[in-house]
Amino acid sequence: MFALFLAISLISFCLGSVHINLIKVLRALSSTFTGTASLSSQEELILFSVRLPRIIFAGIVGASLSLGGVVFQAMLRNPLADPYVLGISGGSALGAIAGIIIGASSFYLGIPLLAFCGALATVFLVFVVAGGTRGQLLDNSLLLSGVVVNAFFSAAILFFLSIVNSLELHSITFWLMGDLSRASFKEIALAAVCLIAGFLIIYAQARKLNLIVQGEETALHLGVNIKRTKLLLLIVTSLITAVAVSMAGIIGFVGIMVPHMMRLVFGSDHRLLLPAAALFGASFLVIADTVARLVLAPAELPVGVITALCGAPYFIFLLKRKSV
Amino acid sequence: MSIICAEKLCFSYAANPIMEDVFLVIAEAQIVAIIGPNGSGKTTLLKIINGTLFPNSGHMLINGKETRLWPRKDLAKTVAIVPQETAHVFSFYAEEIVLMGRFPHLSNYRFEDKKDYRVVHEAMEKTDTLAFAHRRFDELSAGERQRILIARALASEPKILLLDESTVFLDLKHQIQFLSLLRQLNETQKLTVMFVTHDINLAAQHADQIILLYCGKNYAIGKPAEVITAANIKEVYDVDVLVDHNPLNGLPRMTLLT
Repeated sequence: MFALFLAISLISFCLGSVHINLIKVLRALSSTFTGTASLSSQEELILFSVRLPRIIFAGIVGASLSLGGVVFQAMLRNPLADPYVLGISGGSALGAIAGIIIGASSFYLGIPLLAFCGALATVFLVFVVAGGTRGQLLDNSLLLSGVVVNAFFSAAILFFLSIVNSLELHSITFWLMGDLSRASFKEIALAAVCLIAGFLIIYAQARKLNLIVQGEETALHLGVNIKRTKLLLLIVTSLITAVAVSMAGIIGFVGIMVPHMMRLVFGSDHRLLLPAAALFGASFLVIADTVARLVLAPAELPVGVITALCGAPYFIFLLKRKSV
Repeated sequence: MSIICAEKLCFSYAANPIMEDVFLVIAEAQIVAIIGPNGSGKTTLLKIINGTLFPNSGHMLINGKETRLWPRKDLAKTVAIVPQETAHVFSFYAEEIVLMGRFPHLSNYRFEDKKDYRVVHEAMEKTDTLAFAHRRFDELSAGERQRILIARALASEPKILLLDESTVFLDLKHQIQFLSLLRQLNETQKLTVMFVTHDINLAAQHADQIILLYCGKNYAIGKPAEVITAANIKEVYDVDVLVDHNPLNGLPRMTLLT
């Protein structure tokens, strides 16, 4: 799986509006270790300042969203759950759009920070609506309140879209469709740290997730402290997905598709599923982003368009198969 | 010392009282049957014993310690339950389900080792489930699933085993096999067993003690011959029965008079 991710990243490295062949790329990569230059400065600029951070960033976002999907699906025992359905993405978008309108983009990290706040506020709101304050977390009501909050946010987003000027509109639209091109090195590093820390915490709960999937009562009598585990997972998962969404915009369907595909291949044991989903999610988004860069080259499509184009039919397929 | 002890146990779901003033003392290495009509609180009693639910008032003691004071994993190592049914949203292999019984014995970052696999293998051997270890749990028949869940409970090596109508889906051969397995574990490993059942004859034949629940109270508790009487059954179930003796072992035997 890891090898697959590396291979895909390498191929994506070569492709783009300026084509650089694989051998050159490999030589360039090795020369960074030996210290000899083998590329023109222009090519080097494209490779290391434009494509490399973007590929790493796509990988991080893909892995974060997929992990979020796996955890939410297991925790709610619902195959349709993911960060997007639960409203985290929508909340994040609303935060970002508010930021664009009030001009927060002139501050360092202004937009991602607001988006992050939006995401966290949404998680909190979804919880309150679902009755989380009473200490009881009912899974279906959590999902339903996610859908409701999401719908409300969509309305709010549409409202904002209709009152902003055209320049802001362009920037908002790109954000809404997911955009991996704007992240800076510092942001990428931040997201990477969050992802790695989050993954380690989640992975420690993998066996508990297996039990939770069997039903909460089963998990309880097999010795899982349900309340604490769910709260921990919810916070950590919301955090890593919020970080990813706040920097990359709304990229739908990754969180829902990747976990299911991996379950088909590796089974439902989360100790295998979690790393597999993270790596495949990363590979998937790198592919999607590469396609997004290539289709209209030298112009670019927002990557969210590609994932939604693959994801929507898959979602329908899943629903159909469920109902049979 | 009594391994399970309930004092003045009261429990209610919202405003509906389910258990009222239940007293219970179970000695170690007993096989106890819980019988009673629908809604008499049989399953609720099991859930209170294994700490899924806590009493509203009164005490529930396992090994002399309140269930709410037990750390989850320790309680799970001591008390195992075979539930009526479990959810299966995402499919797991049968063996993976049995492996889950090892959870309370493992720390977060450890994979199962040889000992865990050996325990699981033994549990599956005893329940005659090795043949479908590598099939998907949700594709098995109800009886096969039941046996897997029994294997999971055994894999956690409990001191107390709670069974919630676990023989319903078993065919005759596996029923006998299972009941003699319980007796064997009871004798060799001092396992305490409590099983909920609607089959009064099954309870009379295989239990050392029977608890008859009625409207959240323990209406009668004692040896089969003391509890299974025509008068008790008439009062609790409102059914006329004939109770005589099994010619082979002298235990009470009930026949419906319809």
